[in-house]
Amino acid sequence: MSRHSVQATHRWHVRVRPRTAQLDGHGRDVLTEVHQIGLGHIEGIRSSRIYFLAGSLGEPDVRLIAEELLTDPVAEKYECSPGFSQRNDLEPAVEVHTLPGVMNPVAMSTLEAAQRLLKARVGKQATIEDVQTARRYEIVGARNCADLEQIAAKTLANECIETWYVDGFGRSDQIPDSFPAPPSRPFRVRHIPICNLGDDDLVRLSREAHLFLSLTEMEAIREHFGQLGREPTDLELETLAQTWSEHCVHKTLKSAIDYSGDDFGRTGHVKVHFDNLLKETIVAATTKLNRDWCLSVFVDNAGVIAFDGEYGLAFKVETHNHPSAIEPYGGAATGVGGCIRDIMGCGLGAKPIASTDVFCLGPPDFDATRLPKDVLHPRRILKGVVGGVRDYGNRMGIPTVNGAIYFDERYLANPLVFCGCVGLIPGDRIHKQPRPGDRIVVAGGRTGRDGIHGATFSSAELTETHAEEFSHAVQIGHAIEEKKLLDALLLARDHPGGCLYSAVTDCGAGGLSSAVGEMGAMLGAMVDLDDVPLKYSGLRYDEIWISEAQERMVFAVLPERLEALLAVFADEEVEATVIGTFTDDRILRVRYQGETVGELDMKFLHEGVPRVTLTARWTTGQNEGSRPAGCGDQNDDAAPNNRLLRALGELNTASKEWVIRQYDHEVQGRSVIKPLVGTGFGPSDAAVLRPRYDGQKAVAVGCGLCPELSDIDPYRMAVAAVDEALRNVICVGANPEHTAILDNFCWPKVDTAESLGALVRACRGASDAAVAYGLPFISGKDSLNNEFSMSADEAKRTGLPEQIAIPYTLLISALGVIEDVRQCVSMDLKEPGNCLVVASAPVDRVGLDKACAMHRRVSELIRAGKVRAAHDVSDGGLAVAIAEMCVASNLGATVNVSSEAYGDSIFAPSATTYVLEMTMAVAEASGLPVIGRVEAGPHVRIKSDRLEPIDLPVAELAEAWRAPLAQGGGR
Amino acid sequence: MSVADVRVLVLRAAGINCDEEVMHCWQLAGAKPTLMHVNRLAENPSILDRYTIVTIPGGFSYGDDIAAGQILAQRILLELEEPFRRLVDRGGGLLGICNGFQILVKTGLLPGGDVGRNQVTVTYNDSAKFEARWVRLEVGTEHCVFLTPGTCLELPIEHAEGKVVTASDTVVKQLKENGHIAVCYVDTEGRYDCYPANPNGSIAGIAGLCDPTGRIFGLMPHPDRHFDHTHHPCWTRRRPTGPPDGLTVFQNAVTYWSH
Repeated sequence: MSRHSVQATHRWHVRVRPRTAQLDGHGRDVLTEVHQIGLGHIEGIRSSRIYFLAGSLGEPDVRLIAEELLTDPVAEKYECSPGFSQRNDLEPAVEVHTLPGVMNPVAMSTLEAAQRLLKARVGKQATIEDVQTARRYEIVGARNCADLEQIAAKTLANECIETWYVDGFGRSDQIPDSFPAPPSRPFRVRHIPICNLGDDDLVRLSREAHLFLSLTEMEAIREHFGQLGREPTDLELETLAQTWSEHCVHKTLKSAIDYSGDDFGRTGHVKVHFDNLLKETIVAATTKLNRDWCLSVFVDNAGVIAFDGEYGLAFKVETHNHPSAIEPYGGAATGVGGCIRDIMGCGLGAKPIASTDVFCLGPPDFDATRLPKDVLHPRRILKGVVGGVRDYGNRMGIPTVNGAIYFDERYLANPLVFCGCVGLIPGDRIHKQPRPGDRIVVAGGRTGRDGIHGATFSSAELTETHAEEFSHAVQIGHAIEEKKLLDALLLARDHPGGCLYSAVTDCGAGGLSSAVGEMGAMLGAMVDLDDVPLKYSGLRYDEIWISEAQERMVFAVLPERLEALLAVFADEEVEATVIGTFTDDRILRVRYQGETVGELDMKFLHEGVPRVTLTARWTTGQNEGSRPAGCGDQNDDAAPNNRLLRALGELNTASKEWVIRQYDHEVQGRSVIKPLVGTGFGPSDAAVLRPRYDGQKAVAVGCGLCPELSDIDPYRMAVAAVDEALRNVICVGANPEHTAILDNFCWPKVDTAESLGALVRACRGASDAAVAYGLPFISGKDSLNNEFSMSADEAKRTGLPEQIAIPYTLLISALGVIEDVRQCVSMDLKEPGNCLVVASAPVDRVGLDKACAMHRRVSELIRAGKVRAAHDVSDGGLAVAIAEMCVASNLGATVNVSSEAYGDSIFAPSATTYVLEMTMAVAEASGLPVIGRVEAGPHVRIKSDRLEPIDLPVAELAEAWRAPLAQGGGR
Repeated sequence: MSVADVRVLVLRAAGINCDEEVMHCWQLAGAKPTLMHVNRLAENPSILDRYTIVTIPGGFSYGDDIAAGQILAQRILLELEEPFRRLVDRGGGLLGICNGFQILVKTGLLPGGDVGRNQVTVTYNDSAKFEARWVRLEVGTEHCVFLTPGTCLELPIEHAEGKVVTASDTVVKQLKENGHIAVCYVDTEGRYDCYPANPNGSIAGIAGLCDPTGRIFGLMPHPDRHFDHTHHPCWTRRRPTGPPDGLTVFQNAVTYWSH
């Protein structure tokens, strides 16, 4: 055939670019970032995509693929050339490639689509075997090579997963003319000598092998293998390290603790012994409350509460802090993906219906020249984590409905990324039970070398060298793979013949090692690693076993249901493979190429971690020099008008619209109260979803986070967080007697009595508030060691301490049921002439019982339809709450706050305080103090006993509130 | 033909994620929808003989890798274009929402008529970002069977690639003159080109297109996310009358095809 008269070549590349600069939105986006890193002289960025194609392909085949598949003929143009490396740009350029072995979803989809195209249009004469992709940027206005290198390293590429090539100013990096293969290693079983090691060597081994186990734990392992009379294999040691990691077993929170110090919630000094801190505080609160609507607590991947007679709601919040510090986009994306899998792996599988995200970050205006080595700028982290949450959540088709962002310099090197997910689960699918003889099936994405040591990594402290040392711990997300897995899982769960599996769990931290180890903890398991589908050859057996490659789940399947299950997965184009069998001897056996590479006693694996007794202390005021943030300072003598404008512009209060609008918060058609409400897009206190299309019952999702109070007392911080989470869901209409909460502790290292004392106080604060308010905990998670250390020289250069510890941080997430969605209230003001009422009983002054009574009272008014608008008073105090209600509605307010009506400064943050809009008649009947009225004219006027009157147009308030984070904090 | 006889095939594929609410909207409107994976339809395209309408819901089909909707569009061109055309020729309809609209445009099924394939595309928003917000739409044509002429709709957009671009100004003229512009973004003053009323920079404010028959219709905004009054962002401050705007799209279709 003439079209194949050209000799078929094996390698080609196609370069696709926008037809006009106007159509190059990505280029413009990059240019903004380039200007933000201080290279204001760069005039333009021209972006293009490059596809590398390998196979038996003639030029007509390549042009067919380029024209029919790779190029949008209206908006783009392309050029194709043989080989991979030829470029001829007039401008200097940077080209970014994915590192060998790192998953590239676009390349995978392109390969599949190109194969289909060739098959249909060309037939067997042409084949395509491999595709890779790259991005190339021509940089207009660069002055030298250093400009290019800086742009590449700081804005275009993340060296953990990508590599870059510079072309210009005399430097011309050679682009490889073939696909480099990931490194491969020959197989042999490796035993690690441990039985005869001394203590120092044990400690060294723990550190150098990235096990992060304590000496006591290493000693327990030495003793165990000493008794067995053999050395452990590397796989056995890794399995123990993963299973015993702080991330997986929460050994600090479960340890025995002797506490001495301030009493809890009252003055005085106490000594208390805890056998198991978590069990005697958080779990005890739930046990004590004994709510019959708590269907599954603390035992599964997520907690479950009853929703209606048929369905339950599952809720889980996870953190993904260390990965997000190194690679914010991938870290946050896989954080979202992992939490969604927790919901999918809850019971026999819940359907995810909403996601939440909370970030704690360094200030976005932090001086870039003072950044410690290897720490990413907060602005880059913010942009990356928002992008990660956005792309994963949006692609999964799960609305991201609620969140918060908190800024503090101490999160500079340890950003916190909390990802939550809510799922809807049928009442008869809440419990699971794997059985001996069940086949072990791994389904979803393939296993690669990505995400090795994530569980142990997250249990380590970060340092200046962490990026290099832990680049292998970075995980790459592929949301569509997980969406397919979700589709298949729900079909198998709801199969007409009954659920096709007896248990399921996600492959999260620790990979197969944790998933199989945990699911088979009471049984035993035999796994053949040869059967695990791999992304590429060359993985070592221990890498296969502990890889945290994403989008995988493990199922236990009755042999007689296996065929049906595999058929469902095949229909959904999800790979599912039998890799072993659950047994009944409580031994975990792992084989590779016919040899046993691991044989561990499940009892030792799950119960062998040595328990220690720790000492905890706390005296309030001991933290010299620490100061509470916020703007409640009574001595601030700025004019009240300016104080209000400044308070609205505080980063923690300012509008997060730039972030929220990047998230799809309405997919699935369940969202009823969304993150931005009213005609002026005000900040909703909580989100509301209607889980079932055929009912009016709904659920509110909210959160509380008050790390600034930790500097005073973590007990108070924890009470305030519970109070805030409750306030938020009450504001939109939730029933406080059908509300459950989750705890997520993020702590610095817990290696001192003070830090542990802080943890004890936070646990007690949270559980005391939970019991008093009637809010059972249903699930929780902790992330310790959020601390960064740097050399003395680096500390001197940056003006930062050598050791940066995050503030003690507790996120409380709340899930509250709403009887009828039509009861819901939003925070925007509704009608001129209505009254504004303040409902306040600050918990730190009146105590938990009185505060609880106030919460109930407000909730009853809201649920009885007597409240037109409700808003929680938090950062910035009463003044900010009223201003936000006006901004949300473009209505005004006239307020006169007497000290009898409201004792605090109008700028003081306050717990247990609400602003409510009611008609005059309802307000008078409520007995609550009326402080003002809603005005048609958009003007805020606030008089108070102690301050000059505030008098500002709503437009000015709105501007002050919106401006600071309008473009992600970029200036 | 009775109402119950309006049979709708709702397609799903890897990454399509609005199928559940689209199914529900068709049910609310009184149609009989069936959900089917594109693989099952591709194996046996004659299945289409039993249906009146095919809907491609929103989502990120095949990850929107390469470009939004590109891989599924290419798949339809290879395996399903003729069956789809036959369905429309015998009086049936196609509805594409968001990703489904991108796919209908990239296959050339929209705008159709005299405007050939590759004259119109849907590409990255001017902001180069995914954006979620509610928009106001003006119905711009008399002959789209999914729409009530002379009305306005309030619906949410949620997309990163929603900007309609044409190969030339002549094409825009053709689209206007031939009644292809089914819905446009419009602000309260009637302007088509102001951000954020026009959220993505679409030429002539185009939010959705229909073919010359009025039976192939696609749009970037989501009627499937406004099937209940409580979906509207200001529902707590208004007392609406009539059916929710999004639901009317499905109801109009059922009314048209059941007579």
